Amino acid sequence: MNINITLGQYYPAKSPIHSLDPRMKVSLTVLFMVAIFVIRNFWGYAVVAAFILVVNRLAKVPLSFLLKGLKPLRFVLILTFILNLFLSVGNNVLWSWWIFTITEDGLVNALHFSLRLVFLVMGTSLLTLTTTPVTMTDALERLLSPLRKIHFPAHELAMMMTIALRFIPTLLEETQKIMKAQKARGADFEHGNLMERAKALVPLLVPLFVSAFRCATDLANAMEARCYHGGENRTRYHVMKLCKTDFYALAITAAMLAAIILLNAI
Amino acid sequence: MPQAQNDAMVSADAENGVCVSVRDVSFHYEDASENALTDISLDIKSGEFVAVLGHNGSGKSTLAKLINALYLPSDGSVFVCGIDTKNEDKLWDIRRNAGMVFQNPDNQLVANIVEDDVAFGLENIAVPNPEMEGRITEALSAVNMLAFRKYSPNMLSGGQKQRVAIAGILAMKPRIIVMDESTAMLDPSGRAEVLKTAQHLNKAEGITVIWITHFMEEAATADRVIVINDSKAVMSGTPREVFSQVDVLRSMRLDVPPMTQLCQLLSKGGMDIPTDLLTVSEVFDYLGKIKPEKASDVEDTPDYPAPQGEAMVELKALSHIYAKNTPYEAVALSDIDLSIWQGEFIGLIGHTGSGKSTLIQHLNGLEDPTSGEVLFRGENINDKSADKRALRRKVGLVFQYPENQLFEETVSKDIAFGPKNLGLSPDEIKERVEYAAKMVGLNLSELGERSPFELSGGQMRRVAIAGVIAMKPELLILDEPIAGLDPQGRDDITDMLENLHKEGGITILMVSHNMDDIARISTRLIVMNTGKLVMSGTPRTVFSHCDELKAIGLNVPHAAQLARLLRNIDWQIPADIYDLDTLSKHILSAWGGDRQ
Repeated sequence: MNINITLGQYYPAKSPIHSLDPRMKVSLTVLFMVAIFVIRNFWGYAVVAAFILVVNRLAKVPLSFLLKGLKPLRFVLILTFILNLFLSVGNNVLWSWWIFTITEDGLVNALHFSLRLVFLVMGTSLLTLTTTPVTMTDALERLLSPLRKIHFPAHELAMMMTIALRFIPTLLEETQKIMKAQKARGADFEHGNLMERAKALVPLLVPLFVSAFRCATDLANAMEARCYHGGENRTRYHVMKLCKTDFYALAITAAMLAAIILLNAI
Repeated sequence: MPQAQNDAMVSADAENGVCVSVRDVSFHYEDASENALTDISLDIKSGEFVAVLGHNGSGKSTLAKLINALYLPSDGSVFVCGIDTKNEDKLWDIRRNAGMVFQNPDNQLVANIVEDDVAFGLENIAVPNPEMEGRITEALSAVNMLAFRKYSPNMLSGGQKQRVAIAGILAMKPRIIVMDESTAMLDPSGRAEVLKTAQHLNKAEGITVIWITHFMEEAATADRVIVINDSKAVMSGTPREVFSQVDVLRSMRLDVPPMTQLCQLLSKGGMDIPTDLLTVSEVFDYLGKIKPEKASDVEDTPDYPAPQGEAMVELKALSHIYAKNTPYEAVALSDIDLSIWQGEFIGLIGHTGSGKSTLIQHLNGLEDPTSGEVLFRGENINDKSADKRALRRKVGLVFQYPENQLFEETVSKDIAFGPKNLGLSPDEIKERVEYAAKMVGLNLSELGERSPFELSGGQMRRVAIAGVIAMKPELLILDEPIAGLDPQGRDDITDMLENLHKEGGITILMVSHNMDDIARISTRLIVMNTGKLVMSGTPRTVFSHCDELKAIGLNVPHAAQLARLLRNIDWQIPADIYDLDTLSKHILSAWGGDRQ
């Protein structure tokens, strides 16, 4: 049997973008988001589009993978576009019929919102396509760890994410097994009205919870037996070190942000 | 105990090389009425390989957790490397020195990558970063898993996961490793690889191993065996000393290794053979010195007749491919032709990944064939017109660890789940529940209204099997029904299945790794390897192909192994022996020596 469920949408490749320090990548993604939201005119989007194309090329990710990320969003995109188009109040009526009016401001707003959404998704997809969930968790823990001073549980959150990543495939497998076992006893998960279907889930959910709790107890024991005692006084196996390319990446992203701000003046 | 005296004792222990010392320890769980352990005292020396035996619920896992300071004794004290486990300041020293590997390979690895998991313990005890790489490499190579260091645990076999767990402990440089039934959920090859790893660490690195198990053959390889029964330590001695007491062990729901049983049979038959031999090679060494007088003249019992008439189930050129046309494509079954006749008891054997589980799921339509046909009583079960739920009433399937599917408030209600889904009347449901409970030997008046989650593991498994029997299937399929049970539990379930077959008239197909058990009760064996059906025949015919079976990584029953060795020297005994009773009769006949 082949159970190889990869979470997220990591695209394995050897590229300068893949090997960037994940902390830098996460920070640059935040910077990128800022850049998108400061855009005032359409020249800015041209800069962002060029930036994405270049990064994508460097990351050796096929463009189709990047566009795939937009697919589930198409309805949201269309909806935001239409809502913005008709509901914006403004001058310069372009077209009007019955209660529907399109103004120039409305059109501009609609385009702004849709483009922002598209580039936002593409930018974050580039992060998840080039970073494994494991390294991402690690990076988030380190980036958030200064917040520990104000009692923000950075280590605990990261540990929870790691365990979730580790056990989701196990629990999926367990779900399939229990489902089959109950089907073999004549259970029917596919037919019936909503009420009946909800009821049919009890024989699936009870054993699943029992198994998840047993799993949690076992894991807690195993972790304690290996001297786990929270995030205090711990060393790290993976050392993250910023190198030259990380600073180049920072410079390029900062340049993009600067270009956008300058173009806003046009 | 006064502190001064305590310290004196500790230093005395250190001098004698004692690394675990349990003194008058009792333990009870908070909400339990009885003690899990009562008044236990034992010492384990540095470098010893100690096996701990005991039936399910005897308290042996509790003992393991006391040594790792996961639990603290209610009474008495446990000393690990001279440190009292009650000493909170030294808690991390104790856990680092006494590492623990648990039962379930899925539930003890924390990280998503093998090397990160090995690093987990090191990070916890704050090993400086530059030292880690070396320790991780060393630990992974000691368990022979270095090639897998970048793998995700989800892609490893059970035996491999347990070896990673051992590496995780090894990296912390422990003096003791406690293996708490770490082989219970593995297949024979996984068990062998984990046992070999532990033995290697014991011999080469001098690490003390405390090996808790249900498998007598594993305990037979230890330096010393400790037996825990009903919360008390009742025996301690070399495997020979302990296993020679067959009757005492049986009364404690345990067993003796098969070769020791054979010696007992031979000794009863008048042969002057030591009754404490443990392995095939020991018995062979002994018998090899005896010159047999004649060819065995024990009358041959007839073999099972070949089944006749119309088959109940027919598989025609059945193939199954998982994730077809994706990079993960995997052929699980290829071109299988197989018939099952009414009244058979079929044993299905093959190592993990040979396609057994996929095959049995085709028989009741849980999996659909990629190509080929499955016929039940002449009808193709995958026809559009075929009713799969009606089929599942006739073909019952009990999955591995079926107790994990229990969900109802009471035992009776859980058994009734299947019949209820069939839409039977309340009277009929009641009758079905009573019938099923009787068949698996459950006392409904005592247990019927209890929650299934309060029962012991063995009882839970019976409830789960009853839940399928209540559907009154014509063909009952069981996937490893005895996995994880203690010897008595294993015998109880096999006896129950034998009874279902004989008295209940149900056709049975059972998947198992336990060759001795499967040989005893099956009328036909089917052997699978890499998705293909490679052998089918009576146990006699199949087990006379020792070499072919070994070539595909399967064991043969101990009796067949010994018979084969004896035939290679002077002993004239039949080639197709696979059970201890028959073997002992033939050996005694050929020996022909003086009866005592």
